[in-house]
Amino acid sequence: MTANVTSAPLIVTSRIERERSHLIDDYLTTGGYVALRKALLEMHPEEVLNEVMTSNLLGRGGAGFEVGRKWSMLKQAPVRYLVVNGDESEPSTFKDHMLIERDPHQLIEGTLIAAYAVGAARAFIYIRGEFALGLERVQNAINEAYEYGAIGRNIFGSNFSIDLVLHPGAGAYICGEETALIESLEGKRGYPRIKPPYFPAVIGLYGAPTIVNNVESMSNLPWIINNGGAAFAALGVGRSTGTRIFALAGHVNQPGNFEVEMAKISFRDLVERSEYGGGVRFGRSVKAFIPGGVSAPWFGPESLDLPLSQDDVAKAGSMLGSGSIVIMDDHTCMVRAAWRITKFFNRESCGQCTPCREGSGWIEKIMRRIETGAGRESDLDLLLDACDNIAPGLSWPPQQTTICVLGPSIPSSVVAGIKMFRDEFLTHIKEGGCPYE
Amino acid sequence: MGVFTPLMLERARQLIELYPEKRSALIPLCHLAQEQAGYLTEELMDEIGSLVGVSSAEVLGTASFYDMLHTEPVGRYLIGICTNIACLLQGADALLTHAEQTLGIPIGGTSSDSMFTLEELECVAHCDHAPCAQVNYRFFGPLDPGNFDELVQQLRSNELSEVIPPHGTLIRVKRNVGLKVSFEDVLEERKLSDSEIANRKAISEAAKEKSE
Ligand SMILES: Cc1cc2nc3c(=O)[nH]c(=O)nc-3n(C[C@H](O)[C@H](O)[C@H](O)COP(=O)(O)O)c2cc1C
Ligand code: SF4
Ligand code: FES
Repeated sequence: MTANVTSAPLIVTSRIERERSHLIDDYLTTGGYVALRKALLEMHPEEVLNEVMTSNLLGRGGAGFEVGRKWSMLKQAPVRYLVVNGDESEPSTFKDHMLIERDPHQLIEGTLIAAYAVGAARAFIYIRGEFALGLERVQNAINEAYEYGAIGRNIFGSNFSIDLVLHPGAGAYICGEETALIESLEGKRGYPRIKPPYFPAVIGLYGAPTIVNNVESMSNLPWIINNGGAAFAALGVGRSTGTRIFALAGHVNQPGNFEVEMAKISFRDLVERSEYGGGVRFGRSVKAFIPGGVSAPWFGPESLDLPLSQDDVAKAGSMLGSGSIVIMDDHTCMVRAAWRITKFFNRESCGQCTPCREGSGWIEKIMRRIETGAGRESDLDLLLDACDNIAPGLSWPPQQTTICVLGPSIPSSVVAGIKMFRDEFLTHIKEGGCPYE
Repeated sequence: MGVFTPLMLERARQLIELYPEKRSALIPLCHLAQEQAGYLTEELMDEIGSLVGVSSAEVLGTASFYDMLHTEPVGRYLIGICTNIACLLQGADALLTHAEQTLGIPIGGTSSDSMFTLEELECVAHCDHAPCAQVNYRFFGPLDPGNFDELVQQLRSNELSEVIPPHGTLIRVKRNVGLKVSFEDVLEERKLSDSEIANRKAISEAAKEKSE
């Protein structure tokens, strides 16, 4: 973690380097729970909603939907729920993991602010089961927050009362999809629900209107309440406001999480600058990179100068998605990389939809045989055809024929791989194996 | 073993209390069962079913969806090695092969002394420490064959028993307060005045317009 190259403040990672940042006494000495107090004692829920609308905070879970707008669509039933999505399983994404372990009180404070704004009857934080230490720290922080009076009855003397419950997952990528998350929280298999309704804001947990938001989305709220939505919106460019954590991994000298002002620097800056990635390892060059989690189509080095902005990346044919960037250097086997990603989707497909269940299996098998030397030239067309069956037209954003967007994400890396590195695929086939081994 | 110990039963009941519907506690209770027995025995699944009000078949059907829930015995240390994209790029495949050789077990296997079970993991969000591993869901990385062997040595000699508790991701997750707010309280407290309802409608209409 390092300071921003622009003059933007650190909004969500200001405490990350503090030794005891996960404990309430440390949180309180660094401005903790001031925003919650302000929201509950000085603001109406609508005013909180308005600040968040003004901030134009885009959800940080992958889809990038405006947080305020989602809240405003919540159906006004007597019992409503808030569920925080801490399932973070998109491969190469590791920002929520850090926020959960290193600043659990900030997450809790943001969650309570959101719960107040939407009038939730109870709030849940769902954290993937593999985060043993994260679960421990968030539960400990919840205990501390009850004792401090930040959770429970008449919080800080206001007339707002709520309970906050931590819920552990048990290992399933698909549970990050918001309707699968709700099913999982209900104690069931993580099967995404059929849409419509498009949003759990209409029918969610136990059939009640429910808001699902990401951990990083929630962690931004204390700052927004303290500094105002306009101050947040003043950072970044256009619709991409505020700052965002980018999780940089793969072949860089310094992998890690970096909070930067939205849209102000490029992928190249993030990879090369000494305060961020510090360049590609061994002084090599970038062969390709993944701009937003493995569901996103790959880019070649010519796209390194794109700004880290949601709209610019979308226009260029991919997405910032979950905010994770994977750098692959010029010694990387692209067939193997694409195969591994396919294997992941095949393992994690929940199996409800035929194109996703069967398609991921076929694609994985063909990719494996190309990589291990049994591929045929006709396999490339076969792959594209199988991909087309999942996401007809192979456009971006993809056409959806399935219940959730895991299915249409499967073609991203395979199609990009074939488009960008056709020769490399053919070499595998002609030479009967991987030239990188 | 078979059924929950009195202490576990107490914790199970506390967990069930936290949810409007009992079934929500099914997965947390499975974690407790694994903490007690290492894996989900049939007797424990039966008991979980009766505690949350579903059949044992439902418990099994649900549990089998989740990678962390085991219906067969596992070793004292569950070693998972991530081979997903960021770890792959840093040599995870070689690490996994090395682990299979060192431990003498294939992926999914358990050593004959019941010390180790080896698994191949999908990304566990520790990619800046690639290639990485989890032992009973505690993180290690970056690893190479050398420090992997050291880790295994430390596990064998029990040096890490403080850092790595036995099974159960909830073993150190203890809620020390019950619920404080009933839904009746909430409904009373959240009653909106007519003007507040109108205000909210206006906000939501404006948002709808903006999205069209
Ligand atoms: C297959 C799949 C996996 C997802 N995984 C996650 C995840 O791990 N964490 C997350 O916050 N959102 C994830 N999402 C997005 C959620 O469905 C949802 O959009 C998000 O939690 C909403 O929060 P936000 O609006 O604050 O971003 C996933 C979506 C899909 C389709
Ligand atoms: S697209 Fe795949 S993961 Fe999503 S619901 Fe269908 S089968 Fe399940
Ligand atoms: S890819 Fe291995 S931890 Fe993320």
